[in-house]
Amino acid sequence: MMMIFGIPIQAFLGQLLIGLINGSFYAMLSLGLAIIFGLLRVINFAHGAQYMMGAFVGFLLLSWIGINYWLALLVAPVIVGITGIVIERFALRRLYNLDHLYGLLFTFGLALVIEGGFRYVYGSSGQPYATPDILSGGVNLGFMYLPIYRGWVVVASLIVCIGTWLLIEKTKLGAYLRAATENPTLVQSFGINVPFLLTLTYGLGTALAALAGIMAAPIYQVSPLMGSNLVIVVFAIVVVGGMGSIMGAIVTGYMLGILEGLTKVFYPEASNIVIFVIMAIVLLVRPAGLFGRDV
Amino acid sequence: MTEITISSETRRQSANRIQLALLAVLMIGLLIAPFVLYPVFLMKVLCFALFASAFNLLLGFTGLLSFGHAAFFGGAAYFTAHAVKEWGVPPEAGILLGVVGAAFMGLIIGFFAIRRQGIYFAMITLALSQMFFFFCLQSNFTKGEDGLQGVPRGHLLGFIDLSQPLNMYFFVLLVFVVGIFAVWRIVHSPFGMILRSIRENENRAISLGYSVSLYKLSAFVMSAALAGLAGGLKALVFQFATLTDVTWQMSGEVILMTLLGGIGTIFGPILGATFIVTLQNYLSTTGFPVTVITGIIFIICVLLFRRGIVGEFNASRLAAKLGFRSKN
Repeated sequence: MMMIFGIPIQAFLGQLLIGLINGSFYAMLSLGLAIIFGLLRVINFAHGAQYMMGAFVGFLLLSWIGINYWLALLVAPVIVGITGIVIERFALRRLYNLDHLYGLLFTFGLALVIEGGFRYVYGSSGQPYATPDILSGGVNLGFMYLPIYRGWVVVASLIVCIGTWLLIEKTKLGAYLRAATENPTLVQSFGINVPFLLTLTYGLGTALAALAGIMAAPIYQVSPLMGSNLVIVVFAIVVVGGMGSIMGAIVTGYMLGILEGLTKVFYPEASNIVIFVIMAIVLLVRPAGLFGRDV
Repeated sequence: MTEITISSETRRQSANRIQLALLAVLMIGLLIAPFVLYPVFLMKVLCFALFASAFNLLLGFTGLLSFGHAAFFGGAAYFTAHAVKEWGVPPEAGILLGVVGAAFMGLIIGFFAIRRQGIYFAMITLALSQMFFFFCLQSNFTKGEDGLQGVPRGHLLGFIDLSQPLNMYFFVLLVFVVGIFAVWRIVHSPFGMILRSIRENENRAISLGYSVSLYKLSAFVMSAALAGLAGGLKALVFQFATLTDVTWQMSGEVILMTLLGGIGTIFGPILGATFIVTLQNYLSTTGFPVTVITGIIFIICVLLFRRGIVGEFNASRLAAKLGFRSKN
């Protein structure tokens, strides 16, 4: 048997893969958080709850009206995105002129309501979500066994992340968004509807969370609390990456996911806390975050 | 001109008199309460009121939103429970150990958190307290999901039997009063004035030559220690320490108590804690989801009611008439 640092290579690569998959979700979630924060200056505490909503909406669509995974991949983010738009339009918008902490507190209350509501109706136990037929099974890569769905998640999340990055960096809409981040008043004076951009951004951010949720549904079980501890890990990732940069959020997400996976191989007890330890170290060495500008 | 100053002066005095009278009524009420209401419930209220006041010392008077105060509250509960149960130390020493432990944790978490401001500060405290949560989940001394159960209350100073509900109640009340007095004393000291100046304008405080980081860290440690006092007390009251007290939901709850009662007021957090604990007590008998209600109150407070109960009163016309606030 091949060994790496005294660890069987299968175990090593297996955890590396799990880390990569977690990292895919971390990247998608921290990307959404970074986009929302960039423009709205709101830390979206409800991000984990919206991730859970994505998975749940997918699950309910399947069990109620038989909408399959592929369609749900499109429909669930749209539905959750619309709820996000409604929330932004009628509540979150009122908080922009206040201390940014109120946005955090508001979305915290929102997370409690959403998670508490789902738990009240569906209980705290998880519901299984079947892997779509085409993606079930796995391939033997010779040195390890790769479930196809997991491979799909890694590829799809990379596409989503790069796609979002291109949308923001290379399109006209993205240019408006970036300009509005820098100076909303000036952009508005050019006749661009900045409040609408803000609404759209929150919708987009929540839709990204929901997309991550529905992608996670076949891997983890669909449960009301699936996002509640995750969101804090993602917060730590965003602190490490620095909130200013979209690419920073993506790269840090994958990086820390992999690092967490590797910690499971070498020192399993610390795998839950390794991301927080990294955060503490980064704060000591580079308080603005790895990719952040000083604010 | 002079007339106005005189009348506002007399008003100010009458407001002080009203406050003193309220304080006296409150104290008498707290002395009679255990004979009318269920003592364990009252002690729970007092513990959380102290916890919220400790938290408010940081948020209300220093302007720092910590999203990780559950680590100090729940952590101290574990320390006290462990010391009393496993080492057999007397209750007062157990609580003291809890306070010292919480202060030490405050020193560590505060050291990292004060490197950033505002929203980052909140997220860092949240992340570090979550790290402590995972530590508690896995380490042996907390007994994982079961928690430390059957913690003996013991004898205070060797002769007051705390297993008697009334003895315990008056002990809790005493600690509560001392704790609230400590908060009041800190807020109204020169040190407290500097904290407030940091809240109002941090850069100016720096330019005036104050070592802002040091003041922030001291406030953080004091707040953590007082939260630990509340946590250790709670462990003795309920005779257990569990993971619930170190979760981020608990950190959120104490924010809500303070926000609802009134950030930056002495009575606000006490009122807010009383309200929330009573509500939770009531809701737990109805089977209605507590988290949903808590979340809704949170949203309402943030959207419409940011000054909280005491803050709204202070800003009202009635308060101006009674002299709680000078008209400008």
